[in-house]
Amino acid sequence: MSDLTIENLSMRFDLPDGTHVQALQDINLEIKTGEIMSVLGPSGCGKTTLLNIVAGFLAPTEGRVILNNEEVHGPASDRGMVFQQGALFEWMSVSENIAFGPRMKNIQAARSKEIVDHLLETVGLHDFGEKAVYELSGGMQQRVALARCLANEPEVILMDEPLGALDALTREKMQGLVLKLWKETGKTIILITHSVEEALLLGERLLVMAPRPGRIHKEYQLPFAENGVDQDLREVKKSDGFGETREEILSMIWEMEEEIMGRTEAGA
Amino acid sequence: MIILTMYIAIFAGAYFIVSFFQRGKESKGFNALKTVTFGDESAVTPNRAAAFISVITIFLIWGAFTDSKLVPLHVTGPFVGDTSFTYTAKNAAGDTADGNVSIRVHKIGDKPDKPEVEATDSFVQNDSILVGAWRSKLINVKRNDEGYKEDGYQIVAIDGKPIKAGESVEVEDGKVALTEKKSLNFTPTKGLQLEPIWMPAPEAVVSRFIEIARDGYQNFGLWEHLGWSLIRVIVGFLLGALVGIPLGYAMGLSGWFRGWFDPIVEFMRPVPPLALIPLVIIWFGIWETGKIVLLFLASLWIMTIAARAGVSGINIAKVHAAYSLGASKRQLMWHVMVPNSLPEIFTGARVAMGVCWGTVVAAELVAAQKGAGMMIIAASKFQLTDIVLMGIIMIGIIGYGIDILMRKTERWLVPWKGKH
Ligand SMILES: Nc1ncnc2c1ncn2[C@@H]1O[C@H](COP(=O)(O)OP(=O)(O)OP(=O)(O)O)[C@@H](O)[C@H]1O
Ligand SMILES: [Mg+2]
Repeated sequence: MSDLTIENLSMRFDLPDGTHVQALQDINLEIKTGEIMSVLGPSGCGKTTLLNIVAGFLAPTEGRVILNNEEVHGPASDRGMVFQQGALFEWMSVSENIAFGPRMKNIQAARSKEIVDHLLETVGLHDFGEKAVYELSGGMQQRVALARCLANEPEVILMDEPLGALDALTREKMQGLVLKLWKETGKTIILITHSVEEALLLGERLLVMAPRPGRIHKEYQLPFAENGVDQDLREVKKSDGFGETREEILSMIWEMEEEIMGRTEAGA
Repeated sequence: MIILTMYIAIFAGAYFIVSFFQRGKESKGFNALKTVTFGDESAVTPNRAAAFISVITIFLIWGAFTDSKLVPLHVTGPFVGDTSFTYTAKNAAGDTADGNVSIRVHKIGDKPDKPEVEATDSFVQNDSILVGAWRSKLINVKRNDEGYKEDGYQIVAIDGKPIKAGESVEVEDGKVALTEKKSLNFTPTKGLQLEPIWMPAPEAVVSRFIEIARDGYQNFGLWEHLGWSLIRVIVGFLLGALVGIPLGYAMGLSGWFRGWFDPIVEFMRPVPPLALIPLVIIWFGIWETGKIVLLFLASLWIMTIAARAGVSGINIAKVHAAYSLGASKRQLMWHVMVPNSLPEIFTGARVAMGVCWGTVVAAELVAAQKGAGMMIIAASKFQLTDIVLMGIIMIGIIGYGIDILMRKTERWLVPWKGKH
């Protein structure tokens, strides 16, 4: 069993001016191996904080994260992270970036090259191995980031708005790639996004969070990710229930946003 | 003043002439299609013609204001040759008579004979003198006149123009002044050219360069002088980098180090290395140790700050990524922090090399047996302006060369700089 369990998780930031922000309050989640879960929510509701705690970059003020029956302390290679941008190493070529994880574990060069070649093929960059990362487009760079994460064979892949900086067309292609990789590798994936459509397409499970304090507002189980694996994503978007669910979630988030606005206005 | 006006005139004139000839055929390529160029820094490329004319202009002006043989046009030089004026003296009896002063103005260094003078039959006798160009000379004209010791004797006019003590009169090819002590002082016309002791001609500097490159100066060859300066800079810089970079890393990574060294670094940073010369001399002496210590201190703070900036400027996502990819602290340091800080370190190294080069020359001015700075200060004591000028040009060329070399190395070692 390598399920990911989040138990009674709370996170409070104490600010220097004496006040504090309750970024997360009493989050409980059980994520099964091989599940792909997307997380939506208005800005500032604690999505990044949640992901950073799971990755081990932050220690929660209360509660714990358990992976493989072991409590998580600090970052480790069983939880890979894909960042929005700027996390690739410019001083390394594409291949060297992908080989970073294996190299840190002192895996033999020949074996590591096999892994890299295979992944370059998988993410569609077979001719770009020797290129410098700053020579690649934004979309290609995110493919490298995905491949680098996969090379390390993590059990859970955490993505914080991985496609946020891409144009619409590239984004759609990358969504297809994420689904393909999910199915091929069977990894557990948690993906944060601001796009409701993306959350619907890439979430077997969809989590809507609410702010102040950050908590789980609503959860959906959706068929679209499964359908999208071997279907054109544009067809999936036209399928039954997609439009309705999208509208429902959109108005939900709008309401929350308005509530935040109202609260800040009242405060001011 | 004249030079500045001329320079501005050439600057503007060349602009109009070049833009007249370049009209229509300039700016090809991408920038040609830009309509907004004023304000778009990337559309500003250095005009090659301007760069060429700029360098030529400097040499032309330099040549024109000295007696350079390489330049066809010159501003008027100092008067050289024979000239004369007459003076009128009055004796105690109230008679007046004229005397002629023959003057031979010669180039400095030449030793011509005095012009011959004829005897007169009045109480005033003719005189003759030698004057070097750009110099002036007191002429004791009364010395051979009859009755000059008597009370009424005085000089009343030069070339027919009346003169009183403290006044001066323009004559052909110069100026004559009557001093308070009743002597005449002759200054030949100087013209606009500069005296070689002020500003030697370009070819004089070149021939001096060849001479010193062959024979050396003050017991050491030219390349030894420059080489020694360069070696001091390199050794001092490397020591500074060797200590400064790890210290900067430590300050970027540990609160204790930062707290401990921040006051020291921030205090030492604004102190110019030149201000340390006296203290360094007192502590370490004026010879090699002192110089190396000075250059070490000059580069130390710059390199420390550069390395600290390189560490603290890292995108935290890179650090997080490395840790989740299984890197240990040591691996993170070696594979992420160090390469990530290289661009900053190179920028610092370029600054440090520039500062060190300036500092070494200054330190050699104070005391040295060999070195570029020693060469020019020794030459200046003997008013060998051509050596001083040659030294300054060599110092400039080497400093420029160092910077080009650093930039080349940077592009080779840190190709990703400025490209995220
Ligand atoms: N290091 C920190 N110190 C203080 N407060 C913080 C810190 N990190 C996050 N917060 C606060 O916690 C709350 C949640 O932040 P978080 O970044 O997790 O939101 P988010 O949902 O990821 O927002 P976005 O969608 O804009 O990325 C915010 O109110 C934020 O101000
Ligand atoms: Mg966020």
